[in-house]
Amino acid sequence: MNLSKDEIQHIAKLARLELTGEELEKYGGQLSAVLNYIDQLKEVDVKGVEPTAQITGQENVLRGDEIKNWDEKEIEAALADAPEREGRFIKVKRVIE
Amino acid sequence: MKLNQLTIKQAGQMLAKKEITSVDLTKACLKRIKEVDGKIKACLTVCEKEALAEAKKADEKIKNDETGELLGIPYLAKDNIMTRGVKTTAASKILENYIAPYDATIIKRLKQAGAVLLGKTNLDEFAHGASTENSAYGTTHNPWDLSRVPGGSSGGSGAAVAADMCLFALGTDTGGSIRCPASFCGITGLKPTYGRSSRFGLIAMTSSTDVPGPLTKTVEDAAIVLSVIAGVDKNDATTVDKIPLTHFAKGGSLKGLTIGLPKEYFIEGTDKGVTEAMEKAIEDFKKLGAKFKQVSLPHTKYGVPVYYIITPSEISSNLARFDGIKYGLSIQDDDRAKADLMSIYTKSRGKGFGPEAKRRIMLGTYALSAGYFEAYYLQAQKVRTKIKQEMDKVLETVDCLLTPTEPHAAFKIGEQSNDPLKMYLEDIFVTGASLAGLPAISIPCGFDKNLPVGLQLIGKRFDEATLFRVGSSYEKATEWHLKKAEI
Repeated sequence: MNLSKDEIQHIAKLARLELTGEELEKYGGQLSAVLNYIDQLKEVDVKGVEPTAQITGQENVLRGDEIKNWDEKEIEAALADAPEREGRFIKVKRVIE
Repeated sequence: MKLNQLTIKQAGQMLAKKEITSVDLTKACLKRIKEVDGKIKACLTVCEKEALAEAKKADEKIKNDETGELLGIPYLAKDNIMTRGVKTTAASKILENYIAPYDATIIKRLKQAGAVLLGKTNLDEFAHGASTENSAYGTTHNPWDLSRVPGGSSGGSGAAVAADMCLFALGTDTGGSIRCPASFCGITGLKPTYGRSSRFGLIAMTSSTDVPGPLTKTVEDAAIVLSVIAGVDKNDATTVDKIPLTHFAKGGSLKGLTIGLPKEYFIEGTDKGVTEAMEKAIEDFKKLGAKFKQVSLPHTKYGVPVYYIITPSEISSNLARFDGIKYGLSIQDDDRAKADLMSIYTKSRGKGFGPEAKRRIMLGTYALSAGYFEAYYLQAQKVRTKIKQEMDKVLETVDCLLTPTEPHAAFKIGEQSNDPLKMYLEDIFVTGASLAGLPAISIPCGFDKNLPVGLQLIGKRFDEATLFRVGSSYEKATEWHLKKAEI
């Protein structure tokens, strides 16, 4: 399989990555090579085999739906990592026009 | 012997007898880092002041007759593990100035045990790689030969332990990232059973296989660290409250024990030096009383292709959180009118991620996209089930498996970095245990042209104890682990 430049561009858009022309070309070839290698999985007979969801067999680990207060200093430190903030809020660009 | 060269066990005994202090130990490690890390480049951050303060606190506790196997023991942590108030970059430009707001559960447990954090170690960006060459801050060098890689992705941790910059280091293993550097650097590296140690506070890579574990100078030390970091954590629903860890890392006879040799792990393409070291190791195990059984894991060859679908898929999802909004690098168009939300996403991510992270995000995005999900991701998860079932079944007939950790010793820096597929094949012997969630340990077993070679033991789920028993017997009988690199 060979991914076209348009396909690579489309994947980059889905992945929210701005790529240079050079990157688009390079990744196109490399991704095609990796996908060709991975294609060998198609030869495995998986009839009736369940896909792995959790490897140690844990199921539905539940907890109470309760509000727990986080450490105030840790909250402040987390907010301090944001590029733009206003008080207790992280500033985001307008989403709806 | 210098203090920084001690094992955890040795240092712990000397601390308890008050022959040395934690401040002495910590200073010796910091001095060693200053001496050799200019050449090796294992550390991304060194917290000298904080480490000495922690060491003083530990000494106070020891003075008050508090005890603990890690009390006052200095260590380094891989830089994809959150350490409160300390820079945590995952070796990525996108987190260049990121200060972790809280401690990972394993760091919290080590703090409570009185261990002293010296700093943070280099890795392949976001742990994507097997050499540390994918770090945005430069490659770490192998202490045995500075022109070679230390392995990866926990290469900084591996090199630091091998060069005695610390008494132990933490790593994370998703598909070999603890075992590969342990093998290349001639030390012990344990990938615990999936769910044995908490992932809370790890910068997530592949949530279904990620597991943190220790890189140490001996098998016994690995058991000591695991006993502190293991256990159920309410912040990680995949951790389990299973049978408490019992320590068998005492050496001694292996009579009555059967070790499986999977023929798919002894293949052409493995370097002669590695094959010879393995043959010698098998003879040594026999002398210790172990029996061997030939076994077969025919789906082994699908381990790498399964891994390189599941891993990029989970990466594309886990790395979606780096959006230039909440934390990390944020790039806006100079013309603020043009700077819409989408452009902040694409520019911040386009500039912030390195080539391998981008490659994996792209591959995963493709594998999960409409029309391809069933052919790639679902198929891979089904083949993964077959790999798991097959390994579980074989492990019912033996106590553990023995394989080489890597098909060769450490390679030259730059030798493989232009061919991502070739680099992925580095993982051939290590992906199986990761995909099946099984514990595995790499232990030094000789040298190939003066470069360390490691053997891998793979155990039953949650049976690290057998790995410790088998590993420590071998280690005490052979003493490969005592060899030190000259830097």
